[in-house]
Amino acid sequence: MAKITASVYTSHVPAIGAALDLGKTQEPYWQKVFSGYEYSKQWMKDNKPDVIFLVYNDHATAFSLEVIPTFAIGTAAEYTPADEGWGPRPVPKVQGHPELASHIAQSVIQQDFDLTIVNKMDVDHGLTVPLSLMCGQLDKDTGAWPCPVIPFAVNVVQYPVPSGRRCYNLGRAIRNAVESFDQPLNVHIWGTGGMSHQLQGPRAGLINAEWDNRFLDRLIDEPAKLAELPHIDYVREAGSEGIELVMWLIARGAMSDKAPTVKHRFYHVPASNTAVGHLILENNA
Amino acid sequence: MSLDKPYLDVPGTTIFDADQSRKGYWLNQFCMSLMKAENRQRFLADQRAYLDEWPMTEAQKQAVLARDLNRCIGEGGNIYFLAKLGATHGKSFQQMAGSMTGMTEEEYRDMMIAGGRSAEGNRHAGEDGNAQPQHQPQGSAAKPGF
Repeated sequence: MAKITASVYTSHVPAIGAALDLGKTQEPYWQKVFSGYEYSKQWMKDNKPDVIFLVYNDHATAFSLEVIPTFAIGTAAEYTPADEGWGPRPVPKVQGHPELASHIAQSVIQQDFDLTIVNKMDVDHGLTVPLSLMCGQLDKDTGAWPCPVIPFAVNVVQYPVPSGRRCYNLGRAIRNAVESFDQPLNVHIWGTGGMSHQLQGPRAGLINAEWDNRFLDRLIDEPAKLAELPHIDYVREAGSEGIELVMWLIARGAMSDKAPTVKHRFYHVPASNTAVGHLILENNA
Repeated sequence: MSLDKPYLDVPGTTIFDADQSRKGYWLNQFCMSLMKAENRQRFLADQRAYLDEWPMTEAQKQAVLARDLNRCIGEGGNIYFLAKLGATHGKSFQQMAGSMTGMTEEEYRDMMIAGGRSAEGNRHAGEDGNAQPQHQPQGSAAKPGF
C-alpha cells in the first residue's frame, strides 16, 4: 500500500525563482532565504519520495476567468512550466503520476469532494518554485526532478475560496485515498504559498511575523483547531494574499493523527513582498 | 441575497470577489493574453491599438495605459492577472506592489527589508495605520503607477 511519510510546507514567491534563474543566490539578500533550505535539500536526498503530491495555487496561469475550479487534480503524464509573462522558467518539465492521481481523484470524489480533473495544464511558479527550493537548481534540458509530481491546484484567487476546515478535511480524504492505492509508494505531500503578504493597494507589503509564527505553532500542534479560522482573519492579519495559507491545511490534514516529528522549521522576512515560512514534518504512523 | 462581504472594512485592500471579477472580466482576460510573447510584442508596439481589440471600458484602458495598478484594481483587475502587464513592461512583483503605495522603489524595498508593513492600525477602517486613506500617498514617488 502507498503511504504518506512526510509533509513539506513552503512559500512559493516568484522572485525566489527569478533569483535562482538569474544566478543571484549568493547575494546577501537571497542567501538569507536560501540558507533556510540547505537542510531541506539534503533531507530530500536522504528521504527521496516516489511521488510528491503538491498542493499549490495557480496564479491566473492555467486557469483564466473562463473556468475557476476550486480544487483541481492533475492526472496528466507531463506538465510544462508556464510563460507567466516573462518567459517560462528554465527548469525541467514536471512528470506526473497518472495512475496514482486518477486513483486519488476517484477515491476523493467518492468521499464527497468534487475535484476537477485536469489532463492538460501548464504549471506556474506556485508549483516550480517549491520544487527548486527543495531540489536545487536543475538544467531544463538535461536535469530532472527527483520523482513524479501530482499537481493539486486550489482556487485562492477569486472569492469564494475554500474554507480552512474544508481544506483540512480534504487532506484527510487524500490520506485515505493514498493509503488505499495498491502499490508500495512513499508519498510526500506539500502545502505551499503564504506566509503573510499583500500584493495590492495602499496596504501592500503587510507582514505579520507574530501571527505567522503562531500559525506555524498551531499547524504543528492543533491543526484541527487552526482549520476553524475564518478567511477574514487571514486577510486582516496576514494580508490579502496570506489567504494562500489555507492550502497548508490540506497537507497537514493528510498527515497521521499522531503528533508529527518536526524535522525543520524556518522563517524569514522578506523575500520580495513576502514572509517565507518553511516546515518539514515527518509522520509517526 | 447579495454577496456577504466581511472584508470591506479592511483598509487599502480590494478582495477579488464575484462582483470585482464581473467588472474586470475583459481587463483580466486582456492581461492573460500577455502570456504569449507575440502578443506582448504587439501590445508594446501599439498599446492603444491592442487595447482597442478588447471589449474593455475606456476607464480600464486608461488605467492600463497609465500603468496605475490601484486604478486597474478599482476597475476590477486582480494582481495575478495584472502581473502579466507588469511583466510585459519588465517589472517585478515588488515593483508592482510598491507602485500602489506612493513609495519609491527604494522606499518600498527598504520597508520590506525592515520587516514589512505592520498590521498595527491597518486591520480596520478608521484606525490610524499607514495604509489608511488619511496617510496616502505614503512616500515620495513622483506619480502613481509603475
